[in-house]
Amino acid sequence: MKSHTLSHLDVLEAESIQIMREVAAEFERPVLLFSGGKDSICMLRIAEKAFRPARFPFPLMHIDTGHNFPELIDFRDKRAAELGEKLIVRTVEDALAKGIARQTPGETSRNRLQTPTLLAAIEEFKFDCALGGARRDEEKARAKERVFSFRDAFGQWDPKNQRPELWNLYNGRINPGEHMRVFPLSNWTELDIWQYIDRENLEIPSIYFSHEREVIRRDGQWLPVSDLLPKKPGEASHHLHVRVRTIGDISCTGCVESTATTVADIITEIAAAKVTERGSRADDKRSETAMEDRKREGYF
Amino acid sequence: MDNTELLRFTTAGSVDDGKSTLIGRLLYDTKLIMEDQLEALQRSSDITGDGQINLANLTDGLRAEREQGITIDVAYRYFATPKRKFIVADTPGHVQYTRNMVTGASTANLAIILVDARQGVIQQTRRHAYIASLLRIPHVVICINKMDLVAYSEDIFNQIREDFVNFAAGLGIRDLTFIPISALHGDNIVDKSENLPWYFGPPLLRHLEDVYIGNDRNLQDARFPVQYVIRPYKDEFHDFRGFAGQIAGGFFRKGDPVTILPSGKTSTITQIHTHDGELDEAFAPMSVTLQIADDIDISRGDMIVKRDNIPHVAQEFEAMVCWMVDEPMRKGGKYGIKLGTRSARAMPMDILHRINIDTLEPETGVTGLALNEIGRVKFKTTVPMIFDPYNRNRYTGGFILIDEATNITVGAGMICEPKRIVPGTEDTAEFII
Repeated sequence: MKSHTLSHLDVLEAESIQIMREVAAEFERPVLLFSGGKDSICMLRIAEKAFRPARFPFPLMHIDTGHNFPELIDFRDKRAAELGEKLIVRTVEDALAKGIARQTPGETSRNRLQTPTLLAAIEEFKFDCALGGARRDEEKARAKERVFSFRDAFGQWDPKNQRPELWNLYNGRINPGEHMRVFPLSNWTELDIWQYIDRENLEIPSIYFSHEREVIRRDGQWLPVSDLLPKKPGEASHHLHVRVRTIGDISCTGCVESTATTVADIITEIAAAKVTERGSRADDKRSETAMEDRKREGYF
Repeated sequence: MDNTELLRFTTAGSVDDGKSTLIGRLLYDTKLIMEDQLEALQRSSDITGDGQINLANLTDGLRAEREQGITIDVAYRYFATPKRKFIVADTPGHVQYTRNMVTGASTANLAIILVDARQGVIQQTRRHAYIASLLRIPHVVICINKMDLVAYSEDIFNQIREDFVNFAAGLGIRDLTFIPISALHGDNIVDKSENLPWYFGPPLLRHLEDVYIGNDRNLQDARFPVQYVIRPYKDEFHDFRGFAGQIAGGFFRKGDPVTILPSGKTSTITQIHTHDGELDEAFAPMSVTLQIADDIDISRGDMIVKRDNIPHVAQEFEAMVCWMVDEPMRKGGKYGIKLGTRSARAMPMDILHRINIDTLEPETGVTGLALNEIGRVKFKTTVPMIFDPYNRNRYTGGFILIDEATNITVGAGMICEPKRIVPGTEDTAEFII
């Protein structure tokens, strides 16, 4: 008799499919946030498994900081076209021009500015649910967030007042003007994501693999030199073989030295890694509760 | 690595029993604390000024928790060994947070209950064991912690075990294990401790890796709550009408004769569809799409089951309810109910008893359930619900109650075995669960 056990990836996948289908069943106007990053690539595969042969019951949306690795944008557009699904893009640039988002003097990263841009897009399209690829292992504040994470009319998250979540029962009830953020990959770890990319043979943007890049050392991190992050006078740059572990605004996304050229190499590297994925994000290093504070305001 | 199993466990203990230290220790000793996390811990220990790295800070994530030195909500942690992946629901031990432990326990294969070796079995311990049994967590591990503070005494360990066994006899815990540990010093966490030579069992991590979880799911009763109907509206899939859902129990095979509830209509499974191809057989907890032979009206909230094994379909049932908000549950109140994929409205007709959480005795004559109270409630629903007793299947016997004004989840319910009336006898079988 054959064994009726499922691997951890099978169990996680089945759970994520169930969550996406709950969203499709319980919300009028959901949207799936797709950045072209590794987690959202897995989200698209889960969506295919949840809804094919039908089309997705939601469009894809990217909140574009304008501070991108160009490879990522090409990949984003190509992937959406391959799937034949609608892609909405809303930019921080545009939100700044319209006064929806305001830059703090001296602020170079645009990650924070994604928040008002996202909230304005949610209002524009009257989305009642935004599916995101965030995971609980990424950060301490995320570790305490629900799969169905309620946002009030201001888009705020209230960590002390979250709805209890039991079994696989999610409470998707909201009033007009409020919305839900839903995270089907909540229980996945960085390693699970890479094992899944490997198992499903998913294409990923080239910057996840080792490549040569001009980088500078700041606050213990290798940051890519770009028009947005030029060298300071007298600052030395290095040409190193690097890759990115997590992708954000190019001005605050640290690179790690790496020779990994295949997904299998990356898995080996991560299994032996000594810092967390978010350790390479300058925006999370500002304070112990940087992520909690941004989330309260409506950040993903 | 791709074939590692997943084990979900929850931890419970009272405020200073060292839960967070234990989880920090598991992560630390399995080398899952990363340099940047350690660096952040060092930063925060510099601020508090005691210079000691506090392993509890790894799990106490929110600002309020750090300031007050408490855990205010369920936190999920992840770690892995070559044998298994683990998801930990770390739940706080304060009296007022019963609801959080119930939440963390609902999906757990295993519960770790921490007992302070100096204090032994206290009210909190009893409460945690009761909740673990109420939520039907299949495996319970009692970690008798701080053994270093009682000179690693075998007598004290034995006394606590005896006390626990005496009180837990009526709880119906299926699998109960006792391990003496010191989370602070790492005794019996990953490796067997030399300080406890009289203990012959495995250290905690080995137990977590080896405990058999294959029977934790219900693989006897085939249950498929319909979640979503897939219709492609494309020419090449003109006739495709698939019923999407996650199997809540048992097996389904191509060709199986099935009954659709609540209508009672019958048909046959023609295809088990997945994006990766057709399957001959699928089982819990897989997410699949079923197609059936006949054109029957089926929608979300219906359930597909095998013809020879039918769950209960009823508008009245009794359930153990844990209340989760400040405003009490009222007899005669109206609430939203979600059971599997089926949503309706429910009214508590009668509160048969409330469990005294200290004595674990039922108390009768109550009119409501307050925050963190647990009681046996008789419900009536607006439409028939489809269910199994919770002790048969968590996923077809568990439900949530929702306040229709605030939309908040206000209670969790576990359906009781319907009472059997034996002719000629008074039905007096009052049991806790």
